[in-house]
Amino acid sequence: MAALTSFDPAMLPLAFLNNVDPWIFAFSFVTVVVTIWMGFRSAKSSKTASDFFVAGRTVSVGWNASAISGEYLSAASFMGIAGMVMSSGYDALWYPVCYACGYLFLLLFIAGPLRRFGAYTIPDFAEGRFDSPIFRKIAVCFVLFIGFFYTMPQMKGAGTTLAYIFPGMPYWGGVVLVGAVITLNVALGGMKGITLVQAFQYWAKMFAISVPVFVLMSVYGFYGAHLGANGQSTPGSTPAAAIAEIAASESAAAEVNRKPLVEKAPADSAWVSPFGPLTTKAAKAAGLSAEESKPYSLLYTYSLIMALVCGTAGLPHILVRFYTNPDGGAAKRTTMWVMILIGVFYVFPPIFGVIGRNLLPELYAGSGAKGTDKIVLELPRLLNERGGVWGSILSGITCAGAFAAFMSTFSGLLVSMTGALAHDVYGRMLRPKSTPEQRMRMFKFAAVGIGAVSILLGSYVEQLQINFMVGQAFAIAAASYFPLLFMSVWWRGMTMAGAATGMLGGGLAALGCTTIINLSDLKIVDMATFWNSHPLLRILFEQPAIWTVPLAIGLMIVVSKATSSQVPRDIRMKMLVLHAPEKLGLKQEYIQEHQAGTGH
Amino acid sequence: MRRQLVLSVACATAFLIVLIGLPLANYFAPALMATRVGGFTLSWLVLGVLVFPFVWIIAFIFIRRTIRLEEEEVLRAKIASRR
Repeated sequence: MAALTSFDPAMLPLAFLNNVDPWIFAFSFVTVVVTIWMGFRSAKSSKTASDFFVAGRTVSVGWNASAISGEYLSAASFMGIAGMVMSSGYDALWYPVCYACGYLFLLLFIAGPLRRFGAYTIPDFAEGRFDSPIFRKIAVCFVLFIGFFYTMPQMKGAGTTLAYIFPGMPYWGGVVLVGAVITLNVALGGMKGITLVQAFQYWAKMFAISVPVFVLMSVYGFYGAHLGANGQSTPGSTPAAAIAEIAASESAAAEVNRKPLVEKAPADSAWVSPFGPLTTKAAKAAGLSAEESKPYSLLYTYSLIMALVCGTAGLPHILVRFYTNPDGGAAKRTTMWVMILIGVFYVFPPIFGVIGRNLLPELYAGSGAKGTDKIVLELPRLLNERGGVWGSILSGITCAGAFAAFMSTFSGLLVSMTGALAHDVYGRMLRPKSTPEQRMRMFKFAAVGIGAVSILLGSYVEQLQINFMVGQAFAIAAASYFPLLFMSVWWRGMTMAGAATGMLGGGLAALGCTTIINLSDLKIVDMATFWNSHPLLRILFEQPAIWTVPLAIGLMIVVSKATSSQVPRDIRMKMLVLHAPEKLGLKQEYIQEHQAGTGH
Repeated sequence: MRRQLVLSVACATAFLIVLIGLPLANYFAPALMATRVGGFTLSWLVLGVLVFPFVWIIAFIFIRRTIRLEEEEVLRAKIASRR
């Protein structure tokens, strides 16, 4: 009996179940179950890739636009942006803006021609454009590189969310749990990129981010009022403007009840104005003054913009969905709707960051999974102070949205990486004569292997910000896929050798830089003193796009000129297929000619 | 192809002026960009809210023009093939 009365739950292995908010748990659990169930249900109705594409061609514009948007919004969009706006302020706004605007570049330069060419994936396009299977291998390598960089932030999102729902659970526990569930699910054949599931996911995420924002704003004051509360006069402003500012901020501050900032939080003026903590970090660490560090900030900002805009335009998994439209006109209308859907979404996450700075400044003191990256999850819970359980319910809704975000993105990435490994590496390179059963078995092994590596990598990156890591994946895509697509669509002089050198040169340079930065930020390699004496190098390594994208394009031009005799012989026809209107039906002729030429 | 490229480049330029111009404005006119508009600084209002409708307008114009260009091209090809 004595043992029972002194019962201590902390002694049990299930101790992490203490202090769990039942509402938050219920919403998250339902989301996980529904996502897995929908994945399996729709996986049954479409078995093969061609099924998916052909069936998809009947999808209506509205559904398709929602599906593309649903696939696009990852843990970085849902949790990372809010966390970064809270920790770094104005400079972090470039992320949502460039995520949305990169899509415009995709529309302007790449989407139309690629759709006409009829290549479903970048390896397909690379092989078709240059008639070279070697190129497919290089493209596959980059599917894996970018994929792993993209899975790390999703894993961090998973670890953070589970550490929030189960306060006693260590960060790595959440990563292993979520990673294992999704890996198993993909290996068993669920979770294919089905339009209905993805479209549902978009509306779930939109609902989960917008409704809590409106409720929070109606209780605690609006977006502008919360920003206004951060308004001490900025250095360099004219006296008249400064007085007006103070008056405005006082009237606004009267509406917002602000909690005192903790020591680690950036000061108001640095947070709310451009060239703040994010972009001046390297120069500040080197001991430069505010004036001296401004040019460094400008360089950082431009490099970041370049990485995000070009990286979005080179993201392979987004391109696939352009083929699920019945015709080119519908594809373009879909793109218009996607821009509107993701644009509206991206207005909301920064609001969480701004309100969070005023109401939950405690998070600045936390690090890793307990830091600002969980602001979207924790902020709505404040409403519990006003009585009732509405805070818990809304917090449960944002947790559900976070689950939808990292589960869909992680499983999508896992499917495409596993597909690349099983079909391209095993099926085409290692064992071209393998049977479909062998390939199916290989798919399962590959899924488990890649899932395990992702979990391992994910459990190491607790101290890195979600959004920052996604930015790195974009920087690699910007220096490899984007130059490849852009140059081979618009320049007929491009040769296989040129494309390969440029993509490898730019892509590997970006990959190397980001890896070094991660190793030193995670303190696996100690480089702090080196960075402190070389702030410019630190910026060029942290945001490499400003030199790797021109490097890739330059290499492509130089090497292509040097090997100009190797330009594909039917380049005129290829260019016509890429650029002539679909209604002329040139593609059909091209395919027939091509088959007649190579068939025997 | 050339006319499509001109259209794409024109739309991209309109967009790039804002994307490249905003950091420059922040750099050279910090006082102006820090003006408060309903609690927002001008610079925050542009980047956090107004950028999105601007991008929609560019996309809308691009899509309308590009569809018209394609139709013209198809028409010309048909006339040429009849001769």
